[in-house]
Amino acid sequence: MHSTEDSNTARLGRQMMVMSIVVSLTPLFICTLVLFYYYHVVYTEKVVAYMKEMGERHAQSIDSYLSEKLSNIKSSALSYTEEQLQSDQFLEQRLELLQNVYRNAYNDLGLIDARGRLLAYAGPFRLGSVDYADTDWFKSAIKEPEFISDVFLGFRRIPHFIVTVRRYTDGKPWLLRATIDFAGFNAMVKEIHLGATGQAFIINRKKEFQTELRHDENIDPAMLDKIVAQKFLAGKASLMEAEAPDGRDFFYVSAPLKNGEWILVIQQERSDALHHLYTARKIAISVLVLGGAAIILTVVFLTRRMQGKFAMVKKDQEAMEKQVVETGKLAAIGELAAGIAHEINNPVAIMMESAGWVQDLMKQNDMETPETMKEITDTLKEIVLQGRRCKEITHKLLSFARRTDSRVSEVKVNELLEELVSLTAQKAKYGSVSVRTEFTPDNPVIMGSPTELQQVVLNLINNAIDAIEKTEGVVVVRSRVEGKDVVIDVADNGKGIPHADLTRIFEPFYTTKPVGKGTGLGLSICYGIINKMGGEITVESELDEGTVFHVRIPMSHQDAVR
Amino acid sequence: MHIAKVLLVDDETSFLSVMGKRLGSRDLEVVTADSGQAGLDALEKDPEIDVVILDVKMPGMDGMETLHEMRKRFPLAEVVMLTGHATVDTAIDGMKHGAFDYLMKPCDIDKLIEVVREAKVKKERHQEKIIQAQMKEITSRMAG
Repeated sequence: MHSTEDSNTARLGRQMMVMSIVVSLTPLFICTLVLFYYYHVVYTEKVVAYMKEMGERHAQSIDSYLSEKLSNIKSSALSYTEEQLQSDQFLEQRLELLQNVYRNAYNDLGLIDARGRLLAYAGPFRLGSVDYADTDWFKSAIKEPEFISDVFLGFRRIPHFIVTVRRYTDGKPWLLRATIDFAGFNAMVKEIHLGATGQAFIINRKKEFQTELRHDENIDPAMLDKIVAQKFLAGKASLMEAEAPDGRDFFYVSAPLKNGEWILVIQQERSDALHHLYTARKIAISVLVLGGAAIILTVVFLTRRMQGKFAMVKKDQEAMEKQVVETGKLAAIGELAAGIAHEINNPVAIMMESAGWVQDLMKQNDMETPETMKEITDTLKEIVLQGRRCKEITHKLLSFARRTDSRVSEVKVNELLEELVSLTAQKAKYGSVSVRTEFTPDNPVIMGSPTELQQVVLNLINNAIDAIEKTEGVVVVRSRVEGKDVVIDVADNGKGIPHADLTRIFEPFYTTKPVGKGTGLGLSICYGIINKMGGEITVESELDEGTVFHVRIPMSHQDAVR
Repeated sequence: MHIAKVLLVDDETSFLSVMGKRLGSRDLEVVTADSGQAGLDALEKDPEIDVVILDVKMPGMDGMETLHEMRKRFPLAEVVMLTGHATVDTAIDGMKHGAFDYLMKPCDIDKLIEVVREAKVKKERHQEKIIQAQMKEITSRMAG
């Protein structure tokens, strides 16, 4: 019994633990995950929008830089005639002026005729008469009123690009050409950076780099294909996300430049761009882990403590129950003793009167007569007879009282019932109740405390006798075997128990007797005792018909020998 | 001349016989009955009975019931109750319902005889009063 109760407590504890943990962790998890998810979505959106905006803004400023450079050259070309510009000195002056206004922007100026010959030049590279007729840029530039070339090495073998403006003199075209300071332009683009890993570069549609990359970075060539293949809305940036071959995730923002001929690409490592998100994720995970651990520890601690308390309460309760059972036993013995006292009282009274009668006889003078002698002998016999009666009663009582320990042993049910019926015979007699017994011939044996079982049955028989108010009262004490159980029935034909009381009779302190007549503990103690034996006690009752109590106890075996 | 005629009611026949002998040897005329019903029958048969010595605890018709019945049907016979210790309450109850006295069982025989004597005196006085009242009635009727 104890071990199952302990395991019940342990199971209850485990259930509570699991429930508490699940109930506290689930909202924490859901809350954290949901919040993090939305934060993730919103933050990523914002970062993407920000990166796009950055790309667009930078593309715009580069575009305006380029168009500004073009406008400057254009104003020179429009302000002066071809003739004026053919003088190196004049060009020199123009270049100086431009360089003064725009630092690090212009490298040189040149005038080129329709056939690609350099007519005049101002700048650091004394190129002499160079023929540009076969260069790609010249072929394109001569067809356009304004032209900005891709970056190329040219005759000077240094990366640079040029802007040209086409003019006509006498129907013949000529070009004013300026070389844009590549270093300055490059630096401007390189200066665009985002976070720790963000870098910007410009690429043309042929995947040719128009600016240098930062020396510590390189670009996934597969990505370049994708970037170049894009179609852009004017001035609108796009964003792509891809994993580089080295496993790092990158964001690629690309924005069109130079009417879509060039593309400004800003590349940033995803983890860098979403740096705050990753920090938030770390915090969320730490909160989850630490919070979860704290919850689990607290729950385990509290459950342990509760189990401890529970065990303590249980122990106290057991001690109390034991005490209550003990009290109930004393009450039952008390009731029994009252009946037995009366039973003893009668023979004692007879013995005393008999002794008195002998004394009376001895006071008479004719004591020696045979009649008197016979009378004395008969009376003495009567005293002996009554004395024997007393002895029997006291023996019965002793055999009952001696076994007051509640140790478990084999109990022969029929013998125990027989004994109890004879103990209660006196009470029954004065209650005008006859007690009948119907015992099973199987001689069932149970394992249990004989005293406790005695207490239960005695209680039931006492109650049965008390329940009978009419004259032809019959109490039947029956034992029978049902499957693996032995059932003890105590039936009476008394007043019965009202339905309202029937459900409550096993409750402690529930009594229908007047105050001071009963403790209301008898049946609750019986219930406790039988429960402890692994049995059950049930009741059937019909008003004015009678009541039957069934005590069902698992049988250990049947005693074959009677 | 006997002190009184007593009816002894008890379910224990041994008690009846020995008690009957003892009381008989002390100038009491004794009639015995082993149950309440038998006691009532005896009273019916023998109106001379002055005092009933009644055991309270008996199977069947118990002492209290018997007392009620006796007081109802034979109001002149005085009843002395004999009780075991556990039934003093019943004896007190019985006194309230017209028993003359009660004694604890086992009792001292002299004490019992004393009580019987008193009961007999009471009964006689009572009877006398009744006779006087009857005579008064007769004389007043004659005078009238």
